[in-house]
Amino acid sequence: MAEENLKDLKLPVVIGKLLAPLPLFPLQFILSRMVKGITQRRPEFFARLGPHIGSSYALDVTELPFVLLLKPNPQKPEMTAHRRSEKIASDASISGPFMDLFKVLDGRGDSDAMFFSGNIKVSGNTEAAVCLRYALDDLEGSVIEDLLHMGGPVLMPAHLLLQRLRRLEIQT
Amino acid sequence: MSNQTDLLKAKPELVCPAGTPAALRAAVDSGADAVYCGLANETNARNFAGLNFTPDLLEQGIAYARGHGTKVLLAVNSFATAPRTQLWFDAIDTAARLGVDAVIVADIGVASYAAERHPQLRLHLSVQAGASSPEAIRYYCSEFNVKRVVLPRILTVTEIAAIHREIPCEIEAFVFGNIGMMSEGRCSLTNYVTGTSTNMDGVCSPANAVHYMDLPDGSKTAELGDFEIDCFAPGEHAGYPTICKGRYLSPVRKEPYYAFEEPVSLNLSSLLPDLIAAGVTALKIEGRQRSRSYVQAVVSAYRRAVDDIVAGRWHDLSGLVALTEGGKETQGAFQTKKWR
Repeated sequence: MAEENLKDLKLPVVIGKLLAPLPLFPLQFILSRMVKGITQRRPEFFARLGPHIGSSYALDVTELPFVLLLKPNPQKPEMTAHRRSEKIASDASISGPFMDLFKVLDGRGDSDAMFFSGNIKVSGNTEAAVCLRYALDDLEGSVIEDLLHMGGPVLMPAHLLLQRLRRLEIQT
Repeated sequence: MSNQTDLLKAKPELVCPAGTPAALRAAVDSGADAVYCGLANETNARNFAGLNFTPDLLEQGIAYARGHGTKVLLAVNSFATAPRTQLWFDAIDTAARLGVDAVIVADIGVASYAAERHPQLRLHLSVQAGASSPEAIRYYCSEFNVKRVVLPRILTVTEIAAIHREIPCEIEAFVFGNIGMMSEGRCSLTNYVTGTSTNMDGVCSPANAVHYMDLPDGSKTAELGDFEIDCFAPGEHAGYPTICKGRYLSPVRKEPYYAFEEPVSLNLSSLLPDLIAAGVTALKIEGRQRSRSYVQAVVSAYRRAVDDIVAGRWHDLSGLVALTEGGKETQGAFQTKKWR
């Protein structure tokens, strides 16, 4: 693998280290906006959750210094960030490297293959995790693109980062 | 391999899985000639929570597929049991109302209802019916006007060619994806552990009975109900825990072993010319429970392969091994009955 690619693959690690000392408060605001925006744009998301529409999901991107807690309640969808030192309760937990979870949210990843190969780990209620997987998989296009469009021109640098990550995905 | 002219005359239909509307669109966009899907209830053999179609979504899917020249087949292929039979009859009525291109049935009662109430509705015989002899297939054709049989995965290509010569309907054969117990439509292993039936409830190893646990040494256990089905070493590819692909301890063996089958996927890419020459009309890709990314990758690869074969070009599907279960593939019984 080219040296440049190795540097790029460490990018999520670097971002994680940069985020570690920062307070979570601004992130909570952004996450709340994100999850409300996505669920308003994609109401079909809830239908696929079936019996697990009231479940909670811990989403653990291994390079990040915090864990996300998603509660996809249609009346009040929530996503919050929690320090790893916190004990958070969830019905299902999904963890994996940034690049793999990025591919899934970008609509380009086969989450089954990632799970079977051990890259993505699932614990807790398997059916809840599977329903979340179907719900995300049934969203046309890319959830990440949706998020960036919601942010408007302010997120132009993030668009460039997205293109770079997609190039990385092809190379790796 | 038959000559190219023969193959061109018999270009097979590529039948692709659609567990969700997004997967349906992915299959259509990737070159599927037909997609097959199911309603979100016990009437089909992939009745997993979060999967499948409401009648409204199916109607939208049909419109999308038709707009791209792709057929839609509806699987109503579990077995209707009293007193719930109306659920299956309603599914047949829905299929007729929405104008699907065919319904895939397994149950004699459901086939009879469809043939009597909706004689214009094209019927395919599901692999779940387990019809593997010319006599059985001819019975379904004569009694219910079945137009196509999906053959169980217990036959060699040579046997398929022989059956083709003796039946009045088309043949559909699985070419890629999960390969389960060889007695399709008759497996009850999951019932003993989960209390639900593949054949009557439409789900084998329901996810609500599945539990994975990561152990401190990096290994992973897979449980179904109260039973540990497998334990994967660190770095070893895991599989979905079905009884038939579990690894078990035995007092007469030193190591855990696959008592029934190994977690491998069927991949008949190298047998495609032989299947086509044997008279197979439709090539089926398994995987309604898989992601749209998987569907896109497999359907695109098989689309290219079928087109290459028909055009007399060399084809290569070796890259598909990355999408197989456990990273392993097999030609199953299609090549030899001694495949294990």
